[in-house]
Amino acid sequence: MSSYEAGFRVWRGDIEGGGLEDFKVEVNDGEVVLDIIHRLQATQAPDLAVRWNCKAGKCGSCSAEINGRPRLLCMTRMSVFSREETITVTPLRAFPVIRDLVTDVGFNYTKAREVPAFVPPRELGPGEYRMTQADVDRSQEFRKCIECFLCQDTCHVVRDHEENKAAFAGPRFLMRIAELDMHPLDAAEAEGLDRGTTAQDEHGLGYCNITKCCTEVCPEGIRITDNALIPLKERAADRKYDPLVWLGNTIRRRGR
Amino acid sequence: MTQVERQRWDVVVVGAGGAGLRAATEAREQGARTAVICKSLFGKAHTVMAEGGIAAAMGNANEHDGWEVHFRDTMRGGKFLNQWRMAELHAQEAPDRVWELETWGALFDRTADGRISQRNFGGHEYPRLAHVGDRTGLELIRTLQQKIVALQQEDFRESGDYEAGLKVFQECTVTRIVKDAAGRVAGVFCYERESGRFFVIEASAVVIATGGIGKSFKVTSNSWEYTGDGHALALLAGAPLLNMEFVQFHPTGMVWPPSVKGILVTESVRGDGGVLRNSEGKRFMFDYIPDVFKEKYAESEAEGDRWYDDPENNRRPPELLPRDEVARAINAEVKAGRGSPHGGVFLDVSTRMPAEVIRRRLPSMYHQFKELADVDITAEAMEVGPTCHYVMGGIAVDSDSAAARGVPGLYAAGEVAGGMHGSNRLGGNSLSDLLVFGRRAGLHAAQYAAGLGERPVLDEVQVDAAAAEALRPFSAEGPTPGEAEEGRPPENPYTLHQELQQAMNDLVGIIRREPEMEQALKKLADLRVRARRAGVEGHRQFNPGWHLALDLRNMLLVSECIARAALERTESRGGHTREDWPEMDRQWRHANLLCRLADPTGGLAATDPVRGQIRLEREETEPIRPDLLALFEKEELVKYLSEEELGS
Ligand SMILES: Cc1cc2nc3c(=O)[nH]c(=O)nc-3n(C[C@H](O)[C@H](O)[C@H](O)COP(=O)(O)OP(=O)(O)OC[C@H]3O[C@@H](n4cnc5c(N)ncnc54)[C@H](O)[C@@H]3O)c2cc1C
Ligand code: SF4
Ligand code: SF4
Ligand code: FES
Repeated sequence: MSSYEAGFRVWRGDIEGGGLEDFKVEVNDGEVVLDIIHRLQATQAPDLAVRWNCKAGKCGSCSAEINGRPRLLCMTRMSVFSREETITVTPLRAFPVIRDLVTDVGFNYTKAREVPAFVPPRELGPGEYRMTQADVDRSQEFRKCIECFLCQDTCHVVRDHEENKAAFAGPRFLMRIAELDMHPLDAAEAEGLDRGTTAQDEHGLGYCNITKCCTEVCPEGIRITDNALIPLKERAADRKYDPLVWLGNTIRRRGR
Repeated sequence: MTQVERQRWDVVVVGAGGAGLRAATEAREQGARTAVICKSLFGKAHTVMAEGGIAAAMGNANEHDGWEVHFRDTMRGGKFLNQWRMAELHAQEAPDRVWELETWGALFDRTADGRISQRNFGGHEYPRLAHVGDRTGLELIRTLQQKIVALQQEDFRESGDYEAGLKVFQECTVTRIVKDAAGRVAGVFCYERESGRFFVIEASAVVIATGGIGKSFKVTSNSWEYTGDGHALALLAGAPLLNMEFVQFHPTGMVWPPSVKGILVTESVRGDGGVLRNSEGKRFMFDYIPDVFKEKYAESEAEGDRWYDDPENNRRPPELLPRDEVARAINAEVKAGRGSPHGGVFLDVSTRMPAEVIRRRLPSMYHQFKELADVDITAEAMEVGPTCHYVMGGIAVDSDSAAARGVPGLYAAGEVAGGMHGSNRLGGNSLSDLLVFGRRAGLHAAQYAAGLGERPVLDEVQVDAAAAEALRPFSAEGPTPGEAEEGRPPENPYTLHQELQQAMNDLVGIIRREPEMEQALKKLADLRVRARRAGVEGHRQFNPGWHLALDLRNMLLVSECIARAALERTESRGGHTREDWPEMDRQWRHANLLCRLADPTGGLAATDPVRGQIRLEREETEPIRPDLLALFEKEELVKYLSEEELGS
């Protein structure tokens, strides 16, 4: 076991304002950034606010920005940094700060409510659902989402454009629409709801220009852009008239 | 009278895990205006961490399965101490609760013919756990969360307000149940984490669904939320806790690196073929099959290995014994000097399955070890050891209605409720428990609330006392006049918490001894005094130090219940192992231990370790219904039941 002292710079403050505060803190083998934040709480800053639950990358609570990059505090190992490096931890930039590393993520809950729920098929009762594994694979990939909202934080459509928030659901909730659209038994269409079209018309799919930044930060490795957003765009619009879809497909093919 | 904001709802559900959310949807569908309160963000409750699956005898993987078989397995797992009526209802209703999730959009893994796939798990006779890879809890919580949203969308269409009939108060903590003058539930006292603001919700019925207690132990798979709040809330409201000595230590937690010690390694690793080995490379579990299970488990590695493909003609490997047995065996191997380098044993899948199968069947385990321990589980063995995982003990409830004993209007469901699992819970039986009894609690709470003519009126004295109690840590700075401790500086809540965890881990842990538990009670008395002086810095806005200072009250109460009951029960059974009383005693089979507040009227200052805050009471369990007993072979029953019980 070897331990060393690391330099940390943590944003502290609230809606009124705040700034980066410097700390020197012990680091031991195998620790993650969240361990260090907890050590700060226990020894130097008992009122340092941070969200976390599972400490195992499963709940998506501990989202913040480390050296400017959206990440989970509990899944970022200290060993990825050099011992000399000062590590800067700041709250998610796209959401209003509450205190220290805690932000108001209410935007996401508002958007979640705007996506119409799963529509059960009328003709099937509980226990009568039959779906093959191949048919549920696509939607299951999206249901791996832990709602860390890192993709929502990083997407440039809202990251520095507060004004877009009203019209844009963000990658996480556009992906939710794709998930329901690909659900083998969702009966939305039978009830007169075309999820593809509403994604475009009501949830701001058109704002997305498939930069794939969301996919890059997703801690679950979900291929948000390729597997959810682009197919949804294809459903929504006639492919010939959407150059972005064409471009996306080309990039995808080259990537393989 | 304290000026705090008040709101009125019919039913309040404390907790937004599987049990709380299922209770809330049910209450709302019964027509009750329902509020849900939770400490974390909506969708982050502990249930999200469940991995392996949800047990329900749907018979998709083996047509011989049925509720009777599930009931038998559950009773065996709990060593027959289970509140049998709960085990019966649970086994009967679990399939419906799982199928219902599909109609709300859940997507479980499938069988070849398109049904819900079911996997093997410790103690379950047939493959029984519906699952989604190893992230079943996430699927469960997300489905329930989305069902809540669906109901809110319905309300919106009707009233223009999403929150007209069902509202989630996220990041709020309940610190007291408030009653009326007649002792009926009248509401809850809460604070909002974000602002530190206090508020009161008036309600005729309260469902407690706050989960477990693991944060009182040092090595645990549980998150910060598991401070035993609901257990303490019920105690303080006058309801008893049942059989708190039974704490489940899951056999396989991570042991290295230190910062992740305790994090769970799902039992599916073993269910899918993983094996346990000691430092000599030996599959030691074959040496630890207890007599009561001798006929049910494989005698040789070859037989155990054949079972995965041919369960009809072979018996299962002993790696799949109930958790208490496996945890004790690992403990014994490590103690005998045959442990792994970091004090655990080896759990290996790498030599048992091709790499791509491992990555597909156990994706989060693959990810977890890769990211947190730099271990590639497709190439090398994991190191694992026991970790505090689940509490079988809990609020004593009526089996059918989930009503807490003695406090009208109080209900409890999920991990916080006792009885269902007896002395040891089988894997997968918690998620099903949440749904079965969450629904029942919501149903009966709503019916009770609707049946009351008038709303109970809050006792304002209790509201004032709750506010004063919650503010106390901010004024802990000054000396407390007249007390022996006068003039000492305030205590750091983090230090107190660490000392508590260490004491419980070392003195009331997986193997228990009388002198150590007595020592634990002394330590708890000492911590109780110091906790009254836990002071915090800063202000009320999102202040984790303050939150912890308040949680200490709950952890201390619950820890005392565990220590006192463990000291009293002079036998070993399930999640309670006494080195000085190593045998299971049939006379204890029909004994429940109830914990009550020693002085329900007074404060919590009691420092006398002998008396403490908790009073124990022993009661006879209700005899098991004959038709349920008839589901077992007589030869099996004699291992558990006393002569008198068998005679009747
Ligand atoms: C890592 C892990 C894996 C597991 N895997 C499985 C599995 O595969 N199968 C299985 O059956 N079981 C499993 N379990 C057990 C199971 O997950 C839990 O027992 C179960 O999820 C508990 O659910 P619950 O609804 O009772 O409580 P939780 O899901 O824990 O929810 C408790 C809720 O109460 C709230 N709360 C607590 N205190 C307060 C308060 N004072 N005020 C307001 N709100 C409060 C919390 O915020 C939270 O919302 C696992 C457990 C762990 C830790
Ligand atoms: S791909 Fe679309 S949704 Fe994703 S970050 Fe880029 S613009 Fe945003
Ligand atoms: S899609 Fe990925 S990044 Fe976005 S919220 Fe879900 S888990 Fe987080
Ligand atoms: S604490 Fe749960 S994802 Fe980090």
